[in-house]
Amino acid sequence: MTDRALAVVRAGALTTVQDRGRPGHAHLGVPRSGALDAPAAALANRLAGNAPDAAVLETTLTGCSVRPRSTVTVAVTGAPCPVTVDGRAVAWGAPVRVRAGSVLDVGAAVRGVRSYVAVSGGIAVEPVLGSRSTDLLSGLGPAPLTDGAVLPLGTPRERHARVDVAPQPAPPAELVLRVTPGPRDDWFTPGAVRLFTSRTYHVSPASNRIGLRTTGPALQRARRDELPSEGMVLGAVQVPPDGTPVVFLADHPTTGGYPVIAVVRPADLPAAAQASPGTPVRFVAVRRR
Amino acid sequence: MRVLPVGEDALLVEVGSGDEAQALHAELLRRRTEGSLPAGEIVPAARTVLLDGLSDPARLAAELTALAPPSAPPGAAETVEIPVRYDGPDLADVAAHWGVAEREVARVHADAEFRVAFCGFAPGFGYLTGLPSRYDVPRRPTPRTAVPAGSVALAGPYTGVYPRSSPGGWQLIGTTDLVLWDHARVPAALLSPGTRVRFVPVAATGPAA
Repeated sequence: MTDRALAVVRAGALTTVQDRGRPGHAHLGVPRSGALDAPAAALANRLAGNAPDAAVLETTLTGCSVRPRSTVTVAVTGAPCPVTVDGRAVAWGAPVRVRAGSVLDVGAAVRGVRSYVAVSGGIAVEPVLGSRSTDLLSGLGPAPLTDGAVLPLGTPRERHARVDVAPQPAPPAELVLRVTPGPRDDWFTPGAVRLFTSRTYHVSPASNRIGLRTTGPALQRARRDELPSEGMVLGAVQVPPDGTPVVFLADHPTTGGYPVIAVVRPADLPAAAQASPGTPVRFVAVRRR
Repeated sequence: MRVLPVGEDALLVEVGSGDEAQALHAELLRRRTEGSLPAGEIVPAARTVLLDGLSDPARLAAELTALAPPSAPPGAAETVEIPVRYDGPDLADVAAHWGVAEREVARVHADAEFRVAFCGFAPGFGYLTGLPSRYDVPRRPTPRTAVPAGSVALAGPYTGVYPRSSPGGWQLIGTTDLVLWDHARVPAALLSPGTRVRFVPVAATGPAA
């Protein structure tokens, strides 16, 4: 069978197509998007024998099921979860052969939030501005998966995977986010800045691909005026009027009008993508390198 | 001009006015084009320009701090004309804010020369400046849940055109059939920062006219 496509049997709560996103268009109001746990997505691609920029599936808490129409190699990484082929348990975090017509089920996350499913050849939906990523803020890229949808697959590379298994960080029991202060820390009272880096917040269930929302002590502003809209970076910790910090993730708006008290180091954002609701969060101030 | 570090590899350059921000943006783009400013993203906004994806932000910060703010944006090559039917549901409210007759709104708006100060909110949504500040208007007290694509709208000092249907609180003064954003087109965005824009009144058509 040469029909290179993937039928969606069970879309799950929210499964999207993601690659490395579309950075470079922020001045047009286009978010960067891309896999939230980028190292996990890259590992899944490596295990499936794909190039690092191939598009994968990103699930949210409840996994998904797909039926490839041709025989493929798949790999599931990110949030640990049970993986089965036609009901038979197979490995998570390792290459798995799935025959044409068999059903690959990626189960609910045991820990963490987002599992990544790479399929040999990559998900080959039409790119938009150089990326196949679904952007949930602006609606660019393919729609989130729905039951019965069919996704085209690319041609697998000749070369086989060099790795069979690879270590992966466990989803965090406590999320520690290293932050550098500013650019708008002076919009907050000195007490609020101390509170921000000394108290424990918790991941809010309202978190999504746009931002990791938190619950915890509200941060008081030192000034009441409005901040004119300004450019926002990945990892910016924006503080809306309710005073609780929001960490901007891949689908964040490119400009915003709430002050940014600090910016999370990019290396800590993959863990943020795997922190399930209720996970304690601490912001630790570090010096700029 | 104030240069604020943002995380590990970005800088936020803050200036005194929107005009200065546009001039600074043009200057920074010029430097990137000539190869002296390696930046992944150059994002202008109301009073700032964000430089992201920098390899040596500390050195660039020192350079920029010593830079005299450019005075005026250079003449942009391109002018986009946007045909508009001035038939928006908020024309009367805008006329009241401006203290002019309703039919005067179109004349005032179409006489102004606009420039895209920055983009944001949605792909291809430009914040256009060009009206004198006495024509600033507040947002609607209650935002609409759906503003149709092509709506020409005002808020604060800005004019914007909705590239697609979305919720919005701006005052709607007209409609255009021009497609502001089409990701299959090159370039996808009709308006990008620095683009000059003129609104050209066209007669309303159809049975409602």
